[in-house]
Amino acid sequence: MTSQPQTGDQDVQLAEGGRTVYRRPLLLSNPTSYCPGCGHGIVHRLVAEVLEELDLGHRTILVGSVGCSVFAYDYLALDAVESPHGRAAAVATGVKRYRPDKVVFTYQGDGDLAAIGTAEIIHAAARGERFTTIFVNNGIYGMTGGQMAPTTLVGQRTTSSPLGRNPATTGYPLPVTEMLSLLPGVAYAARVSVASPMLVGKTKAALKRAFEVQLEGRGFSLVEVLSTCPVGWGMTPTEAMEHLATDVAAVYPLGTWVDRAKGVAPAMPLTMEAAKAVAGPAVHPADTAPEA
Amino acid sequence: MTVAQPTRTTQPTLIASPPGTGGEASPLPQRILMKGNEAMAEAAIAAGCDAYFGYPITPQAELLEWMARRMPEEGRVFVQAESELAAINMALGAAAAGARVLVSSSSPGISLMAEGMSYMAGSRLPVVLINVMRGGPGLGSIGAAQGDYLQATKGHGHGDYRVPVLGPSSIAEAIDLVREAFAIAERYRTPVILLADGILGQAMEPVSPNFEALAPSTPDWTLDGADGREPRVVKSLHLRPEDLERHDIALQAVYEEIEANEIRWAGEELADAEIILVAYGTAARVSRTAVQRARAQGLRAGLFRPISLWPFPAAALREASAGARAVVAVEMSAGQLVEDVRLAIEGKVPVFHHGRMGGMVPTPDGVVGAMRQAWAVTDGGAA
Repeated sequence: MTSQPQTGDQDVQLAEGGRTVYRRPLLLSNPTSYCPGCGHGIVHRLVAEVLEELDLGHRTILVGSVGCSVFAYDYLALDAVESPHGRAAAVATGVKRYRPDKVVFTYQGDGDLAAIGTAEIIHAAARGERFTTIFVNNGIYGMTGGQMAPTTLVGQRTTSSPLGRNPATTGYPLPVTEMLSLLPGVAYAARVSVASPMLVGKTKAALKRAFEVQLEGRGFSLVEVLSTCPVGWGMTPTEAMEHLATDVAAVYPLGTWVDRAKGVAPAMPLTMEAAKAVAGPAVHPADTAPEA
Repeated sequence: MTVAQPTRTTQPTLIASPPGTGGEASPLPQRILMKGNEAMAEAAIAAGCDAYFGYPITPQAELLEWMARRMPEEGRVFVQAESELAAINMALGAAAAGARVLVSSSSPGISLMAEGMSYMAGSRLPVVLINVMRGGPGLGSIGAAQGDYLQATKGHGHGDYRVPVLGPSSIAEAIDLVREAFAIAERYRTPVILLADGILGQAMEPVSPNFEALAPSTPDWTLDGADGREPRVVKSLHLRPEDLERHDIALQAVYEEIEANEIRWAGEELADAEIILVAYGTAARVSRTAVQRARAQGLRAGLFRPISLWPFPAAALREASAGARAVVAVEMSAGQLVEDVRLAIEGKVPVFHHGRMGGMVPTPDGVVGAMRQAWAVTDGGAA
């Protein structure tokens, strides 16, 4: 896994008059082994860039997941812990509660987060755990051979929905970000996409905002990144990007659902204000307990 | 890090007071009455537990409740998880970050923790798991039982791993074994199971209030952000078979070390015993009474009480029973412990089983009856 050359660890000495037009982020340690056209490489790079720009690399702990991104710890030069399938949000809860002064994030795919890990992500969000979740949604189980996920589009053919996803028997795509945005513990929730350079820029901005929200101790932060799986989708990389920009975006609208610090939040069944009226302002143990 | 003195397999170890006495070393006025679940929780706090994760289930709920109040008082981590599945994975995360972690549950919840225990074993993460066993299978009953013996000692989750298992038989002993469990977990970087039962969890007994601390350990593998050092990865995935086999061989070497160093057992009236009872936990409490009644009736009975259930004190039991006429495993399960007894004795002495299930507890007279029957159907040739 680590036999690849280290390419991100030093800057090239520039010739006189030269200028840097491209540099690998220092936190990106190895070239990835993802398929051509897969979005994970883009998201990894953005995570590395954001953590580097915020100068967080030395105090960040990555909580990995199971799926194509299981080897994220081979590509990002960060302390990392692997989780059982779907359990990243619980693992991250344990890490962050014990080390509230560190920056903690999960990196999960849609099979991991939106199927087997639904209980863990909902309750971590409900508790307002102060970590960040990067949820890469490509609508399919890539690692295991392209099976249907809860996020698969209606009609989409996968190896476990060979006739296309039939909502009568398998339901509709799970709108994770919309669902979680109803919870008062969620301080930031956005859905972004890697379908174009412009959208990649917005994705980076969302990731940066999510980590800032964590640093400010505001609660749970979530960035859902719509991404591609050309092999699983049976498309060329170019076709996959076009599909992402059109059909996928039509089902999963982009935007910032929650940014409480900026007053962006949907109406909730029970608002934080109503809860405060009953119990007074909530005090987080990390704000009172001595540092671990 | 302080660790109990390793014991030779041929010497009995009295970790605490004998079963049924609950701390006779301290004079009465210095003892306090504590419920087992609460005593185990407070023992963990005294031992320096940094983080606790749990989920309500009878008959261990008081442990969770005690921690809910006490851990925040100590400025430590308490989370009531959404499931036992989540609880064990929170433990995984906290342990990877360097915390001394306790989780507790009862039988059905322990089954849900099997996945996390396998990952923690594979990732070499220490944790102490208390199982306050209840009746099974399935939802079973909330009565005390020992039906998780094989789950704890032979398997639990998937893959080639072992977990040290300690079986206290009094609340005073449970207090000591909680601290021992943390020491073993950190010394070998492994999960450790404390196998209690519903009676030990629910009963109240006098205990010495001076719970001992365990010195903090300073491991060099925990995650705190790669500041000025190479990043660390805590994981159980080794995709290349060559790599995984190397990892598995290293794990087995750790287990051999545990088998060599962490055998614990206690014996009573073994020297001249014709019939030897083998029992742990609450069943050992009943067996102790049965031994006294049998002796009063002229039957030379003795009790061999394994405290470490894995590693099982096989050599010690084989030696202790060498001159006996028969051995009877007494358990609150359908013949689980008896499998280890048979493996230990290697056919040298006839082995019998006496057990109740479903939350029913063997009675002393029932155990005496089992001893008499064992005596009657054996000829004493081995004696």
